[in-house]
Amino acid sequence: MEEQRPDPTEMALPEQTIPSDELETRFQGGVRRDDRDGYEGYVVDTGKLVEFATTLRDEMGYDYLSSVTGVDYLPEAQMEVVYHAYRTSGGPALVFKVQAPRQDPIVVPTLTGVYRGADFQEREIWDLYGIRFSGHPDLRRILMWEGFEGHPMRRDYRETYFEEEGKPFKNRWPEGAVYRIEDKQPFNKNVRYPADFTPDGWVPEGDAALYAGMMKVGPDGNGNGRGLGTEQIIVNLGPQHPSTHGVFRVVVTLEGETIVDLKPVMGYLHRNHEKIGERNTYLMNIPFTDRLDYICSMSNNLGYVLAVEKLMGIRPPERAEYIRVMMVELTRIANHLWATGFLLNDLGAFFTPALYAINERELILDVFEATSGSRMMCNYMRFGGVARDLPQGILETVRELVFERLPRRVDELDAYLTGNEIVRSRGIGVGVLTAQQALDYSAAGPVLRASGVAYDVRRADPYSIYDRLDFDVAVRYNGDVYDRYLIRLDEIRQSLRILRQVIDGMPEGEIQTGKPVYQVRVPAGEAYGRVENPKGELGFYVVSNGKPNPWRYHVRAPSFINLTAMGLMCVGQKVADVVAILGSIDIVLGETDR
Amino acid sequence: MTEDINSPDIPVPEELKGQVAITTLDRIYNWGRRSSVWPMMFGLACCAIEMICTAASRYDLSRFGMEVMRPSPRQTDLMIVSGTVTKKMIPQIVRLYNQMPEPRYVMAMGACASGGGPFKEGYNVVSGVDKFVPVDVYVPGCPPTPQALLHGLMTLQKKIDNESINTSPWYSQESSEEIPIPILGPDLIDPRDFDRIAAQRNAVAEPAPEA
Repeated sequence: MEEQRPDPTEMALPEQTIPSDELETRFQGGVRRDDRDGYEGYVVDTGKLVEFATTLRDEMGYDYLSSVTGVDYLPEAQMEVVYHAYRTSGGPALVFKVQAPRQDPIVVPTLTGVYRGADFQEREIWDLYGIRFSGHPDLRRILMWEGFEGHPMRRDYRETYFEEEGKPFKNRWPEGAVYRIEDKQPFNKNVRYPADFTPDGWVPEGDAALYAGMMKVGPDGNGNGRGLGTEQIIVNLGPQHPSTHGVFRVVVTLEGETIVDLKPVMGYLHRNHEKIGERNTYLMNIPFTDRLDYICSMSNNLGYVLAVEKLMGIRPPERAEYIRVMMVELTRIANHLWATGFLLNDLGAFFTPALYAINERELILDVFEATSGSRMMCNYMRFGGVARDLPQGILETVRELVFERLPRRVDELDAYLTGNEIVRSRGIGVGVLTAQQALDYSAAGPVLRASGVAYDVRRADPYSIYDRLDFDVAVRYNGDVYDRYLIRLDEIRQSLRILRQVIDGMPEGEIQTGKPVYQVRVPAGEAYGRVENPKGELGFYVVSNGKPNPWRYHVRAPSFINLTAMGLMCVGQKVADVVAILGSIDIVLGETDR
Repeated sequence: MTEDINSPDIPVPEELKGQVAITTLDRIYNWGRRSSVWPMMFGLACCAIEMICTAASRYDLSRFGMEVMRPSPRQTDLMIVSGTVTKKMIPQIVRLYNQMPEPRYVMAMGACASGGGPFKEGYNVVSGVDKFVPVDVYVPGCPPTPQALLHGLMTLQKKIDNESINTSPWYSQESSEEIPIPILGPDLIDPRDFDRIAAQRNAVAEPAPEA
């Protein structure tokens, strides 16, 4: 077993596939290597950014922009925007960055013209960091509301309930008396106002700007100029609506029943995951990742521990790798069952298919509960291993599930639903996303693969033990709602195939490299860990400065970025299809809004 | 079932038991109300998933007459606040609460809705829904298991059992007041705090006289 394990040093330094000097010589002085310790990639001049990205996309094959994120280097008085681009043919990331002095206004050119998938992510950076993207088509706040005071992810922004820069806090029981942070606030609430603020005569900004931008005709003219004019109306769906899978809102411009424009509005569950994550220690963040995509807590754990393990340069023992993959694939099955059940909910088969799906999911949750102690929020993975070994007998339970019960249940769902008249007529040809569009909009996971792009991180950039497992990347080619439903069934079957190998090959041995510690030492540097989550590519970008708390902790959330293409999928469809298309993207709001 | 509503003081002849029940107005009101609490189909976050599981076949909410989840607040009796309450969402929550007909109940499901939970320190998080709407039952957990939620619902039933038409606020002469809807300003503004915000501003405008 021992000789199979790769050398940790290899893992820490992924090899560069670009000839070392090519980009630097080509962009004379505009591009240089990022030579800070523990950092990789290139630093690009703001003036050269668009040209550089276009070259990457068109000449070097980096057709997929995975993640865009801001970092506030307060001590160096610099703001940085970090981009991770990939080739869909596989291989490691090409990381490039732009830096701007940390003095308002901070302006960086937008990349939406090169990669449309940067759209929402750049809006998020504007919202949370106050970096303006010049040329962005719709630069509004996205997670907070218009009119909110400040850019909260900046390192010098202090939330109302601020106590100390980093955890663990020194003492919350000074002289034996516990205090609540509310009691120290003038309003006894989590609010704070600018010193000269008065609510009298003050008008909230509201959504007028959003609505005005979505009306495609002026106040004096209606219609599309062809034939009879029909009146355009704007309809809000959500945030309290049974089909939005949580607190999600879409604003739709309708002409008759046809969608002319659609914009998602989010942030109703923005619970400051990243800000809290930067105050937490590395270990404390694991339970928080559970609550990102709360249906798939195990795979969120894996993504985060992979990123930190990359920084630390450690790998878990063999048995822990097998346990991790087992849990993650069980999660995938549970998630896809849930997604299928609720897609059918959205198509009008209210709750009956979901009941079948939930039934099977409960059996998987039993496995999680027996192993980790919790049904949903497993908090199971640790840096260099897992929290505890499998309990006695659970492997037999999983074996029974994987070899006997679940394959039959998937066939049953397949038999009931796939040929169903309603599923077919509401799914086929609805909400089409072509392969080119899916790539351009950085769609990930089932949404990308249902459009014909066979890109699966487990295969393209293997982590854990996936390079040794035998499975097919599920692909469908039509990119409509029906294919996005079918691909989930395909993926359940592939997951079962992986699970059979994992259960048969489960080795004995340690479950943790070294001793479990509360305060891990993370060397300074950056790392981007990504996994193929059931919803798509989940990435964690972690920057360490050697202190106990991460300097930057960013989540590349697949639900969030998949929504970038939602408007595109919906335009031209009927209003009732919005619900079906949203169901087929399969979002979870905990992850969308973080 | 008849034991629940029969008044113990008045004996019913043996041959009429099962056909006749003698009860008080309070008891029959409460019995009807506690057996058909319709929750709002209203999920905020992680806890909503456990709420859905509770409604599904394994835990089966319909044993309590509560399986009729209504997406419209106008048809509901119970708002299960299942998840983190954010500042951006609280205006909608208060509006939904105002739209519910009386008698109405609120359950804070999970740590976040009860007091902010693990996300309490966040800049966009309201530390507990009870800062804005009155809560009847708190269910601890993160998220509460379906069993815990069922226990919370049974606790609510007990609370309903002890109500009386003489004291319940929804039978009094005055109509109940609506809760003012919070406003999204530079931060979340509770209209009930207007005076305090103005006082803060004045304190800045006129520095305190030197002592």
